[in-house]
Amino acid sequence: MALSIRLERRANLPLAQRILVLSTAVILGALASGVLVQATGYSALKAFGAIVDGSFGGAYPISQTLAAAIPLATIALGTAVAFRVQLWNIGGEGQFYIGAFAATGVELIGGPAGWPAVLLLPTMLLAGFVGGAAWALLPAWLRAWHGVSEIITTLMLNYVAILWVNYLVYGPWKDPAGHNFPNSPRFPESATFARMGDGQLHTGLFVPIVAAVVLLFVLARTRWGYELRVVGENPEAARYAGIDVRRTMLTAMLVSGGMAGVAGVVQIAGIIHLLNGQLSSNYGYTAIIIAWLAQLHPVAVLVVAVLFGALVNGGFAVSQEGIPQALGAVLQGMILFFVLGIGDVFTRYRLRIFSPAAAAHGRSVP
Amino acid sequence: MTGELLVAICLAAIASGTSILLPALGEALTERSGVQNLGVEGMMLMGALFGYIVDIETENIWLAFAAAVVAATSLALVHAFLAVTLRANQIVSGLAVTLFGSGLTAFIGKPFVGAQAPVTLSRILIPGLSQIPVLGTILFTQDPVVYMSFILVPVLWYFIYRTRPGLNLRAIGESPATADAMGVGVASRRYLYTLVGGALAGVGGAYLSLGYTSTWVEGMTAGRGWIAVGLVVFGTWDPIRVMTGAYLFGFVDGFQLRAQGLGSTVPSFFLNMLPYLFTVVVVSLSSGERLQRRLGIPRALGLPYWREERT
Repeated sequence: MALSIRLERRANLPLAQRILVLSTAVILGALASGVLVQATGYSALKAFGAIVDGSFGGAYPISQTLAAAIPLATIALGTAVAFRVQLWNIGGEGQFYIGAFAATGVELIGGPAGWPAVLLLPTMLLAGFVGGAAWALLPAWLRAWHGVSEIITTLMLNYVAILWVNYLVYGPWKDPAGHNFPNSPRFPESATFARMGDGQLHTGLFVPIVAAVVLLFVLARTRWGYELRVVGENPEAARYAGIDVRRTMLTAMLVSGGMAGVAGVVQIAGIIHLLNGQLSSNYGYTAIIIAWLAQLHPVAVLVVAVLFGALVNGGFAVSQEGIPQALGAVLQGMILFFVLGIGDVFTRYRLRIFSPAAAAHGRSVP
Repeated sequence: MTGELLVAICLAAIASGTSILLPALGEALTERSGVQNLGVEGMMLMGALFGYIVDIETENIWLAFAAAVVAATSLALVHAFLAVTLRANQIVSGLAVTLFGSGLTAFIGKPFVGAQAPVTLSRILIPGLSQIPVLGTILFTQDPVVYMSFILVPVLWYFIYRTRPGLNLRAIGESPATADAMGVGVASRRYLYTLVGGALAGVGGAYLSLGYTSTWVEGMTAGRGWIAVGLVVFGTWDPIRVMTGAYLFGFVDGFQLRAQGLGSTVPSFFLNMLPYLFTVVVVSLSSGERLQRRLGIPRALGLPYWREERT
């Protein structure tokens, strides 16, 4: 018998149910990836074992997972701000690199001059924010004033940013004592975050936490947060309410780029302590998934970022079992499919399955 | 000397442009139907990898391209299901297609990295025409996929503007409710054109791994899928203008490759930036909401259609 699927809109789901639906989507996404892994000739059980073990199996793996979550959370907090006003900033990757570049510029001045960490680190963070925001400025202006799709422009600038950083580390900023490796000289201790424990976890952990708290307050309690909400819901209504829609879009985009820039700083000052062309394993793109799965909520972003930090870390773990590291990316994509297909649909709609015959009589098949 | 160089750049321009032209034509059709698919990059990668694997396994280039089409179209089907049936956010769904496609191809393609494809597209000289100086060399000493794209552009133009199904296609992208009332099935056609978009992205991807180069490298599209999406905007959903954009892009790309080959003093990093900066510039020049409206942005682009809520 032919059945047809129908969706009906429904009011917002309560929080607990929303979390339940989204968690189900994540689990189903993981299961589907498992089937795929098995189908390509690897052992899904071994893969998931390696991921769980490599991400949460002890103090050291947990430290690595949290460390991986730091840049992800920081970028995603910014991405969520842009998404709130329906601006699709997919330039997180490039803004991340430009933030790291700007901070390295500060370090190259302040390091040799012997600035103390209390001066050098905050200046680097600030430079990173300004750098990331500047990288988002052109797409933001083009979008808000000229209606140019920010999706294409932010994305194209990712490639430009990575090429620019590569130019520097292969050329003018190459470490003369670096055995010809394409990276900048190592940072002095005053330009790095202190490590916490045995793993890579560092005090930069507090950057996304503080940022999330600030954002939570700003979004809920300030005029700007209110304007973001109104513009995101209905730009037309916002205009009638006297809100400067263009300026709101511009600022949202700049904050978004700035946060990605800060993430770049936290990554180089916290983990690798130098600048190179492989700073990010697609963090900017992963952050998009995180922001979406967290439904743009700052605190939820922190939680989801830890989960995705585990996937990034799990990628390293499975590669030691002879399974390609890209499994992490497969999982991310698959989870996003399920979040879109199940999570979003079930939180917004009621699914009804009709048989045409029954529908003709106005009855639905349960 | 400079003449020969120009011919060489033009040849490279067409080869490079074709890898963008086909996906861009497909995306133009998809968007004309009201569906935006930002997954072109991911679908191209699927085409590039699966075409390449089947080429290695069967040593048959046509089977390879068929596999590329199937692989890319299956991802397009996921997007169509999410966007058309479930009315999910099309932008995020397209991103998901790209992220998943690049992840999956990196995962499956790992053992194949660096191997050489046994059978690649070969150039076919069109008798007579290829003898024409300069223009003949540029246009008629190409491979079959390029010739196919030459034919596809006018055919699509005719289809979109001069046929009944083409009119229906434009209608569902402009005003799905009106089209629906006229008895034109919106969902089925949106599925169809999303799949066609996927198929062309697959051919474009396989062209990269079996024509433009003859190997597979992780993420080898390097943003070409996104550039294709940008060129659709530049080309205002019109096959001929999309073609112009694709060859312009190819020219910039061919120029920067040549300049590197000739030992330009400009660092290669800056030359490599040119195609991306070019895309930003052309997309910016052709955008602007008023301009787009006049030139024909499909009005219902990206909007899910609800029969129950039509107004």
